[in-house]
Amino acid sequence: MRTGLEKTGVLMAALILVSTFALPFIVVKPNRILQGQGRSLIEALPSGSGMALTAAFIIAALCLVVRLPSPARLAITIAALLAAVLALGGAAHAGLPPGNAYARVSPGSGFWLLLFSLSLAAVDVIAKLRLAPASRLLLLAIASAAIGGIFASGILSDISVMKEYANRADAFWAEMSRHAMLALGSMLVAFCIGLPLGVVCHRISLLRAAALNTLNILQTIPSIALFGLLILPLGWVAANVPGASAIGISGIGTAPAFVALVLYSLLPVVANTVAGLENVPREANDAARGAGMTDLQRLVSIEFPLTFPSLLAAIRIVLIQNIGMATIAALIGGGGMGVFVFQGLGQSAMDLVLLGALPTVAMSFVAAIVLDALVDFSTTPGTEARSA
Amino acid sequence: MSLLRVLPRLFLFVLLVGFLASPESFDFAFKPLVQTNAPAIYNQGDLATLTLLHVRMVLFATLLATVIAVTLAVLVTRPFGAEFLPLARTVVNIGQTFPPVAVLALAVPAMGFGNGPTLVALFLYALLPIFENTMTALTTVPQNVTDTAKGSGMTPFQIFRQVELPLSLPMIVGGIKISTVIGFGTATIGSTVAAKTLGEVIIAGLQSNNLAFILQGALLVAALAILVFDLLSMLERSLMKWKAA
Repeated sequence: MRTGLEKTGVLMAALILVSTFALPFIVVKPNRILQGQGRSLIEALPSGSGMALTAAFIIAALCLVVRLPSPARLAITIAALLAAVLALGGAAHAGLPPGNAYARVSPGSGFWLLLFSLSLAAVDVIAKLRLAPASRLLLLAIASAAIGGIFASGILSDISVMKEYANRADAFWAEMSRHAMLALGSMLVAFCIGLPLGVVCHRISLLRAAALNTLNILQTIPSIALFGLLILPLGWVAANVPGASAIGISGIGTAPAFVALVLYSLLPVVANTVAGLENVPREANDAARGAGMTDLQRLVSIEFPLTFPSLLAAIRIVLIQNIGMATIAALIGGGGMGVFVFQGLGQSAMDLVLLGALPTVAMSFVAAIVLDALVDFSTTPGTEARSA
Repeated sequence: MSLLRVLPRLFLFVLLVGFLASPESFDFAFKPLVQTNAPAIYNQGDLATLTLLHVRMVLFATLLATVIAVTLAVLVTRPFGAEFLPLARTVVNIGQTFPPVAVLALAVPAMGFGNGPTLVALFLYALLPIFENTMTALTTVPQNVTDTAKGSGMTPFQIFRQVELPLSLPMIVGGIKISTVIGFGTATIGSTVAAKTLGEVIIAGLQSNNLAFILQGALLVAALAILVFDLLSMLERSLMKWKAA
């Protein structure tokens, strides 16, 4: 191993130093809406522990600058991340005036930048380790368990975002499951429609151009507008089709949001199905025909398995797109995490905005990591033999 | 052949300009969508002004993002920046999973309401596709081409200016295209945090239950996105031909 400076480490160390010295670590506010006062890490923690932590972060920053073995770097960054989170909890506890139920302590820009630069360092090391897909999933599980453990332990319960959560824990989980239902359910329906459509488009080239062009144009319609435009047709369906309103279809609420998400998901599904089918080697099809397979048998046992990686890629695109867009469903009463985002924006209560936005981001990350790992699984040589 | 392709777009453009110049003349088309007393054409502001503001915001953010993203991509593909390449790839990959609404919502605590957070969200969201495409283009320039250039005595800067950059241009434009189309949609969401864009029209429609407003906003944004997409696709194709020649 060469010795010397790690260039990426210099960047991260600089960010860590700026975040510990120049920016407020926490912000103490008189109530949940008013602007607050920033406190640096040294001021935020009582009796010397702020000093000690600042020194620890400087040491961690210096460790990142020197070339060290990857496992050591990973251990240092994870320890620093844990320290940052614990410090935030401690600072919130210390920063709240006793007996004042209205005061709030929010994480300051220094904390966010520290979190960002340490995560960047962790991501850098993990990318360099070139982990196998299974190890990445294991790492994700461990990280999720650790983060869940931190929240369950109550260390962060004095943080403003957690206070917002404590006031509406039931609603939080209800909207969370509604959000997941919107994203996953619409993806499932999009596949039920998009797969057959893709197969047909692959066989009939005239239809392919028409279908893909229509779906392309559909994607340019802004999501807020599509949600709104579906209110009328769905309202009409609810009023005129017997039984439609009984299964929950109505002009406003979840139904138009669900339909809009399905429509947006169709393009990636159809496009990737067509692309996947087109990449099936001609020899494979010829061999199957020679062996006397019917068209349907060929589709099921030759073409679909070979198209599978392309379909997984479509799942990744659709799921991440849907998790993001489902946030906007709240604007038309469709529920989901957007409820908190837009409520918070309306009350200019930024902690409530964070309560809605951060879990959405976390869901997207988890979906991306899991599906990237699955895509790698499906394209690793040797796995086709097993699945075929 | 090419006329057949351009004609519908030209028609769309004329329709767009005509509608913006005199929205009232299209009253008949939107009238059936509203209740008898409700206005059929957006009446809380000038549609043309909002459209210009919308376009200006997207163009400004995309332009800024192009400058920064191309510069960063060039830096990480030079020998001295090579250490940053794997990190840059990962960051781009993760960053693109960030939902636009979340970017917007997270920018509000830092910048307050108005055009600011939308501009930041548009900028950040535009960075990634341009950066990714530029990086991919620069790293896939055929080795024998740069070797030949090196052999003929070109300096690294000359190789970059005369070989790498021209070969990468079509893909860079491709990245700008993706960013701009995403930008047009995201700018609409910006109106939820009080940015002056066409999203105002749609939100006014949602609030007063006026379908005509929603449709007008939707059609305007979609038409703009389609036209800009086509314009950049044309540029991309002609650059491709130029590159092949």
